[in-house]
Amino acid sequence: MERYEIRLSGSGGQGLIVAGIILAEAAGIYDGKFVCQTQSYGPEARGGASKAEVVISDEAIDYPKAIKPDLLLAMNQKSCDVYFFDLKPTGLLIVDSTHVKQLPTTRAVEIPFTQIAREKLGNEMVANTVALGTLAAITGVVSLKSLEAAVLARVPSGTEELNRKALEAGIEAAKGYQQEKENRGSHAPSID
Amino acid sequence: MITAKSRGRQLLLQGNEAIVEGALAAGCRFFAGYPITPATEISEVMSYRLPAAGGTFIQMEDEIASLGAVIGASLAGTKAMTATSGPGFSLMQENLGFACVAEVPCVIVDVMRGGPSTGLPTNVSQGDVMQARWGTHGDHPIIVMAVSTTQDCFDITVKAFNFSEKYRTPVIILSDEVVAHTREKIFLPHPGEIEVLDRIRPNTPPEWYIPYEDNPRGVPPMGIFGDGYRYHVTGLLHDVRGFPTQRPDEIIPFMSRLFRKVNQHFYDIQVVEEESTEDAEVIVIAYGSVSRSARRAIREARKRGTKAGLVQLMTLWPFPRQILEPLLRRVRAVLVPELNMGQVSREVKRINQGATRIETLNRIDGNLITPNEILVRLVKL
Repeated sequence: MERYEIRLSGSGGQGLIVAGIILAEAAGIYDGKFVCQTQSYGPEARGGASKAEVVISDEAIDYPKAIKPDLLLAMNQKSCDVYFFDLKPTGLLIVDSTHVKQLPTTRAVEIPFTQIAREKLGNEMVANTVALGTLAAITGVVSLKSLEAAVLARVPSGTEELNRKALEAGIEAAKGYQQEKENRGSHAPSID
Repeated sequence: MITAKSRGRQLLLQGNEAIVEGALAAGCRFFAGYPITPATEISEVMSYRLPAAGGTFIQMEDEIASLGAVIGASLAGTKAMTATSGPGFSLMQENLGFACVAEVPCVIVDVMRGGPSTGLPTNVSQGDVMQARWGTHGDHPIIVMAVSTTQDCFDITVKAFNFSEKYRTPVIILSDEVVAHTREKIFLPHPGEIEVLDRIRPNTPPEWYIPYEDNPRGVPPMGIFGDGYRYHVTGLLHDVRGFPTQRPDEIIPFMSRLFRKVNQHFYDIQVVEEESTEDAEVIVIAYGSVSRSARRAIREARKRGTKAGLVQLMTLWPFPRQILEPLLRRVRAVLVPELNMGQVSREVKRINQGATRIETLNRIDGNLITPNEILVRLVKL
């Protein structure tokens, strides 16, 4: 695989840095690829547009940060507004539709991660794990097996079951989204 | 070359964490420091890894005391280090000179951030290149290494300890905020696969020991305090027994030996990594995190038909002129990108002596130079 760049963004406290570390471990340690993970540091790590980046490649990585992300996850409106324009023209935008209401493109993948975490799992804190499940299922950039292993190795003890369920809910949501897209594709003309 | 499937223990580590792993692998068992952004993780990880490895961690009252404690530990026979950033490094300078003159092996990590003064605490910079060279007063040789990846942080830290033990000198590792906080997969070699050197101990009986006596290597064997080898340690220029002297016939041999022990081992100390320099018409000379941008830029430039090469400096001081001089005579132009107003480029110009054209690319806004910025300049060289 050529260099693949992922940016996870949202407000400080949504768990994006830990999500970045989990993703990097899944791809690097469990899938055996080269990875680089960087993040907002200092004052910019607080507030509305905090980010964590993961670069994945089959070769040793030179420049450690994302140049033009292939994938942007936006967990709130501000980070979606700020970072969307860095995305590659062919890149993929995944948003948490619980918080992102105004979309900059019609091709965005909208899934209510926070709502799923709150209603199905009873804990908003695992919205990041739900998002990881969706992200991996849609892009295939890490194997689901590796992702599960990385999640379980990183999360605080006692929350393994909750996070496993969150991951499954994310994968489920991705499948639902893809199903819906196919149905729409066969019956209705594309809105794009 | 290592591949993604290489053997060894694989971990996802930050640069700062990898420095700790490197230090422990090299045998470091004492750390004294004072926390500072962006070097704090080194202290933090040391504070629980060292006691577990049978070592000692002390958080000192300030930076100069930190280096003082490190020097004491080293004189007592323990490999020791400290870590700080620019502002703290300034405060250590007095004891750095003491370590040079008393010839005490120790390793000092400076994770560079924006300066001067408290500057830009959370941003990247390479402003301490000259401070590392000339920060302490007086004429002195010093070894300074620069790291660019997490793997480097491990490998170079081991090397830094080896140099400090081999040549009885403080060794400075210059890291920066980007290297310090980037998490990367690294391969930790098995303990048996790492070359670890220890200082040469005296083999004479204690009563015959002359602590600063010259030998062909220029590095006297080092007696350990508490082993019966009693000698006088001072910051004053001293005779072969360690006592202060003002006699020119004792000062000259001492100062000459201090320089000679580094200069005559130049080929051992200078570490650089070259990429595509064999047929290069233009080269980039870079170090630290910027060399990562440069690596990408020269690969992109080659795709566009510009014969570009990279020389990445791992050793900054003594300046690796033996390797650079032949290259400078061969290439059409050289670009030196760095996160300051031109500290290494100044040195490149000094050794260049008009052989080729030297251009600089400087960035001082607290952000890393991007591959594209280098590429744009490279194709126009």
